[in-house]
Amino acid sequence: MPTNIKEFQGAVKPDWCPGCGDYGVLNALQRSLADLDIAPHNVLVVSGIGCSSNLPGFIRAYGFHSLHGRSLPIATGAKLANHALNVVVTGGDGDGYGIGVGHFVHTCRRNFDMTYIVMDNQIYGLTTGQASPTTEKDIRTKSTPEGVIEISLSPIALALTCGATYVARGFSGEAAHLSQLIKGAIEHKGFALVDVFSPCVTYNKHNTYPWFKERVYKLEDEKHDSTNFQAALQRSFEWGNRIPIGLFYKVDRPTYEDEEPTLRGGVPLVKQAVQSDKLASLMEEFL
Amino acid sequence: MSETRADLGIWVSGAAGDGIAASGESFSKACTRTGYHVFAYNSYQSVIRGGHVCMHIRIGQQRVYTHGDKLHYLLALNQDSVARYGKRIEPGGVLLFNKDKFQIKPEQVAPGVQVIGLPVMELVGNQLMQNIALMGALYFVLGLDQKEFKGLIQERFAKKGEAIVKTNFDAFDKGFEYAKTNGKPGELRIGKSDGKRRLLASGNALIGFGAVAGGCKFYAAYPMTPASSILHWLVKNAVKAGVLVKQAEDEIAVINMTVGAAHAGVRAMCGTAGGGFALMTEAVGEAGMTETPIVVAEVQRGGPSTGLPTKTEQADLFQLLGASQGEFPKAILAPRTLPECYSMTIEALNLAEKYQIPVMLCSDLYLSERNETLDGLDITNVKIDRGELVSEVNGKPYRRFLDTKTGVSPRVFPGTPGATYVTATDEHDQDGVVISDVFTNPAVRVKMMEKRMRKLDALLASLPEPELEGPADAVLTLVGWGSTYQVLLEAQEVLGREGIKVNIFAPKYLYPFKGEATAKLLSKAKMMLAIEANYTGQISKYIRMESGVTIQHHLHKYDGEPFEIGQVVDYIKQFLAKKPTTPTVASLVSDEGLPADFSPIAMPGAEAVRVH
Repeated sequence: MPTNIKEFQGAVKPDWCPGCGDYGVLNALQRSLADLDIAPHNVLVVSGIGCSSNLPGFIRAYGFHSLHGRSLPIATGAKLANHALNVVVTGGDGDGYGIGVGHFVHTCRRNFDMTYIVMDNQIYGLTTGQASPTTEKDIRTKSTPEGVIEISLSPIALALTCGATYVARGFSGEAAHLSQLIKGAIEHKGFALVDVFSPCVTYNKHNTYPWFKERVYKLEDEKHDSTNFQAALQRSFEWGNRIPIGLFYKVDRPTYEDEEPTLRGGVPLVKQAVQSDKLASLMEEFL
Repeated sequence: MSETRADLGIWVSGAAGDGIAASGESFSKACTRTGYHVFAYNSYQSVIRGGHVCMHIRIGQQRVYTHGDKLHYLLALNQDSVARYGKRIEPGGVLLFNKDKFQIKPEQVAPGVQVIGLPVMELVGNQLMQNIALMGALYFVLGLDQKEFKGLIQERFAKKGEAIVKTNFDAFDKGFEYAKTNGKPGELRIGKSDGKRRLLASGNALIGFGAVAGGCKFYAAYPMTPASSILHWLVKNAVKAGVLVKQAEDEIAVINMTVGAAHAGVRAMCGTAGGGFALMTEAVGEAGMTETPIVVAEVQRGGPSTGLPTKTEQADLFQLLGASQGEFPKAILAPRTLPECYSMTIEALNLAEKYQIPVMLCSDLYLSERNETLDGLDITNVKIDRGELVSEVNGKPYRRFLDTKTGVSPRVFPGTPGATYVTATDEHDQDGVVISDVFTNPAVRVKMMEKRMRKLDALLASLPEPELEGPADAVLTLVGWGSTYQVLLEAQEVLGREGIKVNIFAPKYLYPFKGEATAKLLSKAKMMLAIEANYTGQISKYIRMESGVTIQHHLHKYDGEPFEIGQVVDYIKQFLAKKPTTPTVASLVSDEGLPADFSPIAMPGAEAVRVH
C-alpha cells in the first residue's frame, strides 16, 4: 500500500507567489514518494538557494537547505556517507546551471543513485528578475535591459553529454506526467535529472503557462526511443515552436556507490565501525 | 684523523627526476632504523622534471629540531648543486658526484673538503644507478653500518624480483669499493646511536594517520601542494582504514561534500592549501550555521595568490580567523610538532563533533612535508567523543536546534524514524524553520545567535592554559607558532649552552584564544621577540588583539625557505647585545650561496653550467 501523501506534508505552508510553477513540482514530488511507498525519514531533500530551493522546508522529510549552487556536493557527501538514503536534490536554473554548473557536470559523470529536480523558470526570481543561464537570447530582463547577449544553455544536452543515466523534462502544467517522470527518476538506479518548466509568473513574462502549452509535446507520443543516445541528443536541441517533454534517455550503468572500494560490502559508511584495530599495522610503514 | 659530531648535515641535491626523494627517504629511514634522530626537509620547485631539488638530511644522536644549516656531506647529482653548495661544505666534509656527468674545479669547493667523483658508467654500466652507487660511497665515507640501507633496498625492490635487488646491491657495493680505493674515510663522523627503535614520518602522513585514529570516515580533497600528501596517504590506505576518500572537482565541492557527509552522520574531514581554503570559506560559515561538525586541514604555503607553490610560509592566520561572512563558533588548532600533527587531528575531530562546529587544523609546508623521527605514537588510548547523539526519539518531538544551556543540541542522523527536520543556511528557529522569509523576528534571531555562540564558552574553558616553556628568569621570551616552534626550541638549546636564557611562548590553540591568561603570562616576560614566517607579523598582531599585549620586537622571513637555525641564533645574539629600547622589525633571507651572476640550468640533460 502506498504511503499517504499527507505524510509528506511539511510543517510550513509554501510561500511561493500564487500561480508559481513550483507548487506543481512540490505536489508531484510528494505524490511520487507516496506512490513509491517510501517513508519520509528515509528521504533527504537537499537544495541550494533560490525560490525553488525553499522546497525542503515545505515537505516532510530530512532536509538540507544549503548554499547557493552547492546542493549537489552536499547531496554527494550525504549519499556517500549513507547510500541507503533516498537523496533528492531540488533547486532552480540559476542555482544548478549558473553558479553550480561545475558541480552539475561532475555529478552527472559520477552517476550516484540520486534524483535532481530543477525547477527551471529561466529567470532569477528571488533576486527579482535577472537573466539566468536558460533565459533565451534577446530576452529583456532587469539585468539585460537591451536583451540577453549569450545563447541559453541546454540542460538536457549537458546532462546527456556529461553522463547522466536518466534525463527527462517535465512541465508543471502537466502534473500527472511530471509525477510519472519524477517517479521514474527516483526508481532509476543512477543519476537522474528532471528539468521542469516551472513558470515564474512574476518575473518571466515570456515563458508563460500559455507559451509552454502551445509548444510542448510528449516524447512518448512520437515514439521516441529513450534508449537511443543520439536520438535523445537530437531532441534535446529542439526549441521554438515545438518543445519536447518526457523521458529523453535512460541507461543502466553501475553507480558510483557500486564501484567505490569502501562501499563494496554494501554496508553504508555511517554503519561501518572505526578501524582502530588497524592502527598498529598502518603504523608499520613509519617503522 | 676523524672528529665525532653529535649531528651531521647530509644533502642530496640535483634535478627533479634524479630520484633524490627516493634515495634521500631510504637513507633517512635507514638512519632512523640505526637509532639516529633524523630531520629531512626536501627543498624543491614546481617543476616535474629538471629544476632543482635538495633534500637536506640532518642526523643526530639526540633529537634534531630543524633541518639545520650545516653541510658536511654533499651528494651532487648535477653541476648546479656544486655551484650552489660546494663552498658550504665544512672542512673535513666530503663531496660525492658522478664524474661522467660533469667535472669540478677546485675553486668550487671549500678548502679541506674531500672530493670523490665516481665513474658511474664504468662501475655499474647504467646511469640510472647513480643514486645507489653514490649512496654506497656515502656509506664508506660516513663509516655507517650499511645493513639497514640494504634491508630497505630489499624491501623496496623485492616485488620486482631478485635480479633488480641484486643490481641495486651491486651498484651500492661498487660505489662503496670505489670510494674505499680512491678516497679516504670522512673526517667528520657521527657519534654512536642509542639504537632505539623510532618512527619516521611526515607531518601530512601523521595528519592522515591521526584522521584514521580519530575515527574519520570521509575525506575529500582537490590536489594542491602542500596538502596533497594527506590525500595520497589516506587514499593509499583507504580500504584498510575504512575511510572513503573523494577527489572532487574543486575545493568548493570538497568542503560541501564534507559537510554533506558529516550531516549524514560520519566523521568528515577535508584538506587543502591556502588558495583552496580561500575557495572554501563560504562553506565554513555553512558548517557554523547548520552546526555541522567538520575538520578542514589548511596547509600553508607561500602566498599571496598562487604564490610559492612548493615553499613554506605562515601567512594564512587571518584568512582562517576571518573565513566566511558573519559570526559563528569555530576552532583553530595549529600543531607545532609531528606528534601534534597526529594528536591534534584527533582532537580536532573530537572538538568538531562535541561542539558541532567547523574546526580548522592549520599546518604549513615545513611541518607537513618534512620527514622526522619520533619516539612513538599513542594508538591504544585514543578517545573518540562523538558528542551528543540521539539514535531514537520514540515518538517524542525532536528539535534539531534545541536551545540548551551549553548551546549544543543533540543530533539525530537522517534516516532516524520520527525525527525529520530541515537544516538551513538561512537563520532558523529551534526546529530548523527559516525565519528569513518573515518580515522580521529579532527574538528568534537573538536566541539562535546566542545559542550558537554560547558553545564557545565551554570550548574555551576546556582548552589547556597557555604556558611559557623554559626558564622563568629568561632574558628574552621568543614567540612563535606552527613549524617555527621547533626552530625556537633549538635556538633555546643553542643559546642555553652559551649561558643565554630564553623561554618560549608558542600557542597551539589559536581560536578561541585564552587572552586574559596570555596577558597574565606574558606580563612576566622581560623582553619579547616574535619569530614567524610572514611579512606582517600575524601571530603578534593576533596576540595583541586577544590579550592587549604588544610584542615590541619582530623577526620575519618570507622568502619561502624555512628559518635556518644559525641565522636565528646570530640574530638573537646581536639583538640581545643591542638591547633595543624602541620597537624593531627585521627579516631574514636564506643564502643560496650562489655567485651573483649564476644562472641555473633550465633543462634536464644539459651538461654544462655557466659559472663565470
